[in-house]
Amino acid sequence: MCRDDALELSLTRVFWITLKRDLMLAYRRRNDLISPLMFFLMVATLFPLGVSPDPQFLSQAAAGIVWVAALLATLLSMDSLFRSDYDDGSLEQMLLSPQPLALLVFAKICAHWMISGLPLTLMAPLLAVMLFLPEQGMSAMVISLLLGTPTLSLIGAIGAGLTVGLRKGGVLISLLVLPLYIPVLIFGTGTVQAASAGLPVGGYLAILGAILALGMVLAPLAVAASLRISVSD
Amino acid sequence: MTTPLLEVKDLFCERDERVLFAGLCFALNPGEIIQVEGPNGSGKTTLLRILSGLSQSFEGDIFLKGEPIAEVRDEFLASLLYFGHLPGVKATLTPEENLRWYCALHPHTRIEGISMALSNVGLYGYEDVPCHSLSAGQNRRVSLARLYLSEAPLWVLDEPFTAIDKRGVARKEALIARHAEQGGSVILTTHHELGIHDNLRRVSLGAPQENADVQG
Repeated sequence: MCRDDALELSLTRVFWITLKRDLMLAYRRRNDLISPLMFFLMVATLFPLGVSPDPQFLSQAAAGIVWVAALLATLLSMDSLFRSDYDDGSLEQMLLSPQPLALLVFAKICAHWMISGLPLTLMAPLLAVMLFLPEQGMSAMVISLLLGTPTLSLIGAIGAGLTVGLRKGGVLISLLVLPLYIPVLIFGTGTVQAASAGLPVGGYLAILGAILALGMVLAPLAVAASLRISVSD
Repeated sequence: MTTPLLEVKDLFCERDERVLFAGLCFALNPGEIIQVEGPNGSGKTTLLRILSGLSQSFEGDIFLKGEPIAEVRDEFLASLLYFGHLPGVKATLTPEENLRWYCALHPHTRIEGISMALSNVGLYGYEDVPCHSLSAGQNRRVSLARLYLSEAPLWVLDEPFTAIDKRGVARKEALIARHAEQGGSVILTTHHELGIHDNLRRVSLGAPQENADVQG
């Protein structure tokens, strides 16, 4: 058998197996999955109560509320990405595997997005309706979240990788990662606002897509390097 | 004379401003077992983490078959089996799922041998029980089952006998001895008196500050 073929096959296989493993782990602890979603839902529910239930005002603020809530919910779930693997030694085994670490990390990030960003995106239309988002902004909201939340997971993973060796990494992750989240937030809410005003959104989506493409290529490499640093102490 | 599988030259490691070892030299030949000895805190685990490539905080050279390990990293990782303090076992997965993932990560393993390996470590019938309902010793055994699956020539084992009962220890010793007979190399730390005498050498890490020496 050709060695290169076998290698390529095993790379695809190891990606799927790692993805499946992380999804299975999440499924077996499904109570943990609910907390970011609950957070997301609570922010959107409490906001009208705390500020103003006026539909006019809410339809103006809806894009921002949903995006900020999604961003913070992702950030909350980030710390757990490598925590349990670090604590039980699975991370050491990943580092010592001959398989490329960036690939394993990418699989883990994909799994993380599927259990955090994707449900948030699916839930967003519901919240948008609650917040009187204009109808023409709805699809832009979903598409912008679909492009934006994977970027949030990818960037957050860098922070998670750097802080996993520290006992109290939670606050530090926010400090490290929030500045990098800001462009995603600006273009994300920009998309929805433009769509609500009936303006074209192609440019915004292109920029969100470009950030995502950049993140997909570079973030796994950065995360792999940060994990090596965290484990080597 | 054959090239040693793993050779360490002039290794120096300092931690928290304490010199753990300096000028440490030894070679691990195929078919040899090295037991690293020393009191708690003398740097045994640190040494094994350096040898496995997990820790980079050292000075000196490590060679795999005569080549510096940084240059043959892929080959090195493919020929290494590392067993650390942490078992690397996911509590919510079953022993079989844990080992399946391990086999996926490490190409030189026999995935079809998982049920055999589990019965060899005395976990027959526990394949589908989540690891969090197993005892500490049984969790260590799940991790030790990797020794039966791996075809890697170099075993780096950090305290492999912790929480394992007497009969289990005897079987693991036999396994290690057989691995050496078949041309593999083992470097391990344990406070337990090994029942293996063939091909066994000891590396003593003295109290910090003193140089380590090698006994033949």
